[in-house]
This record gives sequence, structure tokens and C-alpha cells, in this order.
Amino acid sequence: MSDPAPVPDVPHSLVEARDVRVSLQGTEILHGVSLTARGGEVVALMGGNGSGKSTFVRAIVGALPTTSGAIDLFGTPATPQIRARLGYVPQRITAAGGVSATAIEVVTSGLLGSREKDGRVGSRLRGLLPPRDAKARAREALASVGIEDLAKRDVSRLSGGQQQRVLIARALVRRPRLLILDEPMAGVDLQSQVAFSHTIGHLKEEGVGIVIVLHELGAIGRHIDRAVVLERGCVTYDGVPPKDLGVHALPGHEHEHPHTDPPARDHASLGLEGP
Amino acid sequence: MSLLSEPLIQRMLIVGLLVGMAAPVMGTYLVQRRMALLGDGIGHVALAGVAAGWLAGSLFDLAQQDALAIPGAVVFAIIGAVLIERMRSRGTGADVVMAILFYGGISGGVLLIGLAGGSNANLLGYLFGSISTVTWGDVWMSAGLAALILAVGIGLRTALFGVTHDQEFARSTGLPVEALNMVVAVLAAVTITVAMRVVGVLLVSALMIVPVAVAQLLTRSFSRTMYVAMGIGAVLTLTGIWITVFHDIQPGALIVTLGVTLYVIVAAATSLLKGARR
Repeated sequence: MSDPAPVPDVPHSLVEARDVRVSLQGTEILHGVSLTARGGEVVALMGGNGSGKSTFVRAIVGALPTTSGAIDLFGTPATPQIRARLGYVPQRITAAGGVSATAIEVVTSGLLGSREKDGRVGSRLRGLLPPRDAKARAREALASVGIEDLAKRDVSRLSGGQQQRVLIARALVRRPRLLILDEPMAGVDLQSQVAFSHTIGHLKEEGVGIVIVLHELGAIGRHIDRAVVLERGCVTYDGVPPKDLGVHALPGHEHEHPHTDPPARDHASLGLEGP
Repeated sequence: MSLLSEPLIQRMLIVGLLVGMAAPVMGTYLVQRRMALLGDGIGHVALAGVAAGWLAGSLFDLAQQDALAIPGAVVFAIIGAVLIERMRSRGTGADVVMAILFYGGISGGVLLIGLAGGSNANLLGYLFGSISTVTWGDVWMSAGLAALILAVGIGLRTALFGVTHDQEFARSTGLPVEALNMVVAVLAAVTITVAMRVVGVLLVSALMIVPVAVAQLLTRSFSRTMYVAMGIGAVLTLTGIWITVFHDIQPGALIVTLGVTLYVIVAAATSLLKGARR
């Protein structure tokens, strides 16, 4: 990305969630979850099914309301205008809709929305139209995830991994300083996982803060700085991920290595699903 | 060609062209949202609006009892579209919403027309279309509404695509998702009341959806699907209307039958081409 978000050593956290509680249909799903991520830091949000990982990131991006707690983004309380500055990749099975759309069309749609901090009517109206350099930026974003050659292909005909990369490009086209990804590796082939790992490494070098929901660390394990583990809506672990998670969690890899690195925790104690 | 100088033929063709181009624009968004039958639901509510317009006309003792039929259809269709959108956004299943509108619209229409002292025969023109009765006033109204549909539907294409493609992502970017969803619903309602004159309530949805279905067989991008569908819609309506100038055939039924036939031919041809390439 030629206009990256910069400033790796920002004085404040890009995201700081404190004691966040979320209830859905009268049932509390998150019981006071906290998380921080700084520029250039990659935080893996992990846990089993139903642990509240996706609920938590959806609360951060404003897709779900919180019942209590605080979420600061870029050092200020999160508002729709502030949230528009982050890049979000929702959990999705496919990038396709009811009508055929090309990869570049999907990515271009990521350029809409609030572009200004003030949220005035003028800037909101401008946010309904793509900027003049939309196509060039969309191609740049597709190139950053290694699929520029697929720009004019129908996304419904792409593989699961390629579709996921289109959705990541749609988030990156906004040139965010903070990227939030909800299970981007679900249903993704190994080749796309490796390409995705390169993208994450590159963004990290540029100082982008990344929060990524994962079942397993997989190919991107080497880029993860911290693992935050959720279990039944509570944080059960927040610290350095065990070093070998990046290798053993690759598809098809049999877990053979004892966990000896600090903190000496195995999957079960972290509340993760086994490999 | 002298037929083209006939004012009635001119009016029919102009309205047909406008409706044929505008209807697939909104149809593209409905197909994208997997709500292809929404037009049918709103169309049935519009029928109740037609009957309510008749009832209002008789209550106010208007000389032309159906003078308020179209305004009634517009009002009811927009209210219906807003209700659908609100129910959908609150998680009510789209199929349930459609079913309620279907039954509520038809039953309400029949009851209201009875109360207005009319008969179900009065509704037939609206059920099956009545393009041969268009006035220059209808032409201007259709032109204005079609211009609105085309301007918003094409002008805000990227934003409306973004919202109909991935609502959660669109919301995270700060797009006014609820407002844009409402724009789609209201414009769909406007499209239906404009197209109702050409093909009738029962087939109005077909004019929105069938050209899009054909275009999808031919294109791979959202924008091209929309433009090709607009072209197909225009050709279908103009062809259908032109044929009915010479033959005593119901225009709405003919236009839709032409569209469905075109779909079958294009589907077969593309399937054969793919087979030959393998």
C-alpha cells in the first residue's frame, strides 16, 4: 500500500476496550471483556465456539451495542465517525451476493462511508460516492493481497481463500491504521493462508494494529504478538502465544511437540480447540 | 411507420421505454438482496391502494371516480415498502413478510373496491395493465418518476451495492445503512406504481426481475448486469407494445412472456456454449 498508515509508535492504543459487556436477547454474552492493541501489534482473539470472540469484535466495530464498559479507538471514545477509520473484515462464508460482482466492485465498495472526522452532512453525502481514484486504490488493495489479476473476475467463481482475500482487500482499501478481522482463515486454502500471512506481516511492518479472531494460529502464528483467549464471555488468558502454535496448527499437522515455552500453557488450559 | 405519428402509440412507447429501463435498475438491487419477490408483495399492497383511491374518489364524489387510484397506489406501496423494510430489519423472515403482504393486499383491495361501490372488474385494468389508456399527464408523471429511479439507482450504485452486498461491513464504514435500505424499498415501491400501468400488478415484479435474470446469464459484473438489464427491459417493453399495436394481445402478458422466452433461449445458448468449450 503506497499510503499506509503509519506511526508505529503512537502514544495511545489504537483500540482499548475496557470491561465490555454485551447482552443479546436478554442473555449476557460478554461479561466484562478488556483488550488493547497498539500500532504494529497483532493480537489474536481466540477461544472455542460460543466463547464470544465474534460478539466482541462486532461490539468494537459498532455492529452490536454494549450494555456497559468503554471502547476507545485511536485514543478517543468510539463513535460511528471514529469507527469508520478502522478496517473490518466480517466473518463471512462467501464474498458473493445475489447478483454477480467483480472483485474490483466489491473492493471499491470499501471506499464509501465517512471520510471525515466531523460527520457533517456534506461529508456524509460525499461518503455515498466513491472517490475519483477509486479504481486505482482498489487495484492497489487487491495487489496488496496478491490477487490483482483477479480484479475483473466474478467473486462467486473464486475459491474460498480468494474470496476471503477480496474481503480483506475491501478493508485495506480504506488504508486503516487498525484492522479487525473476524475468522479470516475459515475455509481458506493453504496457499491463501500463506499469502494472507505475508499481508499481515507487511501491514505489521507498516505500523498497522491488527486484531484477528482465530480458531487456530495457523500460518500467521509467527506474526502474532499476543493471544487473548475468551471462554464463555470472559478473558481467560492474555499474553504471549506459545511459540510453536504457528507451526502445529497448520492444517494436517499432527501435534507432537510438548509446550514448554513460557507461558507454559497448552491448548486445553488456554480454552482453545485442539489442533 | 405512420403509426409512430399517432399520439397514443407515442405515449405507449414512451411510457414503455421509461418503465422498461427503470424497472430492472431496482430489480437488480432486489435480486442482490435475494428479495426478488418483494415487487410482488408491494404490488399487491398497491392494489389495495388503488381500491382505497376509488373509495376516496366515491366519498369525495369526484367526477372521475378513479382519479385517486394511482395516487392511492403510490401511497400504499410506499407505506407497504417501509413496513416491509422495518419488519425485515427487525429479523422477521422475508417469506413471512411477503405472504402477509400478498394476502393483505389482495383481500384489502377486493373489500375496499366493494365498499367504493365498484366491482372486481374495476380492478382488472390495474391487475393486468392498461397502457392503451395512458394520457400525456401519465407520460410526464412516468418520466419524472423514472428519472428519479434512474438518477438514484445509477448515481448511488456503489453505495446501494455496498449496503445490499454486506450490511455489517457497510455499517462499519459509517454508511447510513438504514436510510439506504429505505431508499431501495421506497424506490422499489415507486417503480412498481409506475410499471403497474404497463404490465399490471400481477406481472410488475417480472418486469423488474426477468431482465436482470437474463443479464446475469451474460455478464459477470454488477454494473454491467444493471445496464444490460436496462437494455433488455427497454427492448422487451417496446417490442411487446409494438406487437400489440397490430395484434389484439394483452401487452403486459406479452412483454413478460417475451422476457421469459428470452431467458430460456439465453440460458440454453449459454449452457450449450459452455458445453462446447469443455
